Amino acid sequence: MLLIHADARRGLPAARPLLLAQVDTALTPDTPILDVRGLTKRFGSTEVLKGIDLKVRPQELVFVIGPSGSGKSTFLRCCNRLEEPTDGSIRVAGVELLAHKVDINAMRRRIGMVFQSFNLYPHMTARGNVMLALRKVLKMPKEQARAEADAALDRVGLADRAGHHPSALSGGQQQRVAIARALALKPELMLFDEPTSALDPELVGSVLGGMRDLKADGMTMLVVSHEMRFAQEAADRVVFMDGGVIVEEGPPSAIFGAPKHERTRAFLSRVLN
Amino acid sequence: MDQLLDQFFNLSIMQQVFPLLVKGLWMTLKVCAIVIPVGAFAGLVVALCATSQSRLARILTVPYVDLFRAVPPLVLLIFIHSGLPFAGISLSPFQSVTLAFLLNNSAFYGEIYRAGLESIGAGQREAARSTGLTALQTNIYVVIPQAVRNVLPDLLSNTIEVVKLTSLASVVALPELLYSADMARSITFNASPLVLAAAFYLVLLWPVVRLLSRLERRVAA
Repeated sequence: MLLIHADARRGLPAARPLLLAQVDTALTPDTPILDVRGLTKRFGSTEVLKGIDLKVRPQELVFVIGPSGSGKSTFLRCCNRLEEPTDGSIRVAGVELLAHKVDINAMRRRIGMVFQSFNLYPHMTARGNVMLALRKVLKMPKEQARAEADAALDRVGLADRAGHHPSALSGGQQQRVAIARALALKPELMLFDEPTSALDPELVGSVLGGMRDLKADGMTMLVVSHEMRFAQEAADRVVFMDGGVIVEEGPPSAIFGAPKHERTRAFLSRVLN
Repeated sequence: MDQLLDQFFNLSIMQQVFPLLVKGLWMTLKVCAIVIPVGAFAGLVVALCATSQSRLARILTVPYVDLFRAVPPLVLLIFIHSGLPFAGISLSPFQSVTLAFLLNNSAFYGEIYRAGLESIGAGQREAARSTGLTALQTNIYVVIPQAVRNVLPDLLSNTIEVVKLTSLASVVALPELLYSADMARSITFNASPLVLAAAFYLVLLWPVVRLLSRLERRVAA
């Protein structure tokens, strides 16, 4: 409060308290990478998210499942503000994303995102797709960006496809390039929005394999997906969403083995059979 | 037959007026050199406003585009050259021509770019923004290159129209290609200078027309 008074005397605007609140969250190893509180989102008069609270700890893989229209994709897209939340708080590595003065572009490079429809830039090669943000956001010199891009493509097993345009790649390869594009920025959190839903069944495995490798390397991930088998095997925690709220969450064994809520049971029996 | 040759393909007259027409061609090229690149750039800005997030920008571009697409360029040109002096704004023929064609042209280019920009899915923008690129960087490196490629045939086609449009400048006595040819015609009482001017336009535009059909075939394929 003293600081605020001092600011007022110097005639600074009263937006200060928010900034102070931002700084006082000390970063400890236990600080959640993602800390969402009371998140709501309305489109016009429809309330799509009705108060979401979720913490994702470092190196955790959290899986979000739920029927279509449950708000899970909207929730994910709020986590890097591709969708502008109506109210609530989203902290990424301790920084409030919804603060007025936050540099959202600087935060977004710390949050990788992978989309259902890949969204690769069709006019660039795989390497060009990965290099663009390295060059223009991180301002890396060309040679270094190229080396980093090739390293990221190598991590997803596509070193030999670096010079190909997306149209010359299979869906699975395109999605792995998209993962490399996000990965190259060395994000602290990665968001996956139904990453395998647009893939032919025989190509799903290669993308899930890439995600498994990321998990093994200690990446923190929030995944919206219908791949229940993958969730059972790889997730640390499963969150079931329905009607804009989190109905229940827990380890995969609990959610899939002994779901507490009727809605969860009904959903799981629909998708697992 | 002889009369036809004499009236339309009189080589000695063509030879006489050749230097005059070359000067006219030069003026046509000068107008094009300003109107095409500046118009194409202004059109891009218009299209970016027309598709921008800002409601105000969108609302302001509608009357601009509608007005200059609907008003015939000849009317616009005469208004600027002969109407504006009554408001105390006197422009030289060259200034009037470039201004009129820039206004007309930016609206037409703008509509073409807008179609191109709208052909790019929101996912491209989202992917770029999610890696931390700014809105401007996203436009420059991701959206505009794809948009332009999608409407390249239309842009070229409009460019051909612009070159032909410059012949309207003859009504305000700008000595471009058609004006020079018409002047030569009235001095020589012979239509051959007009045929020569047509040949100039043909030589100038034929390669562009060829390129355009090749592009259109490639896009169709």
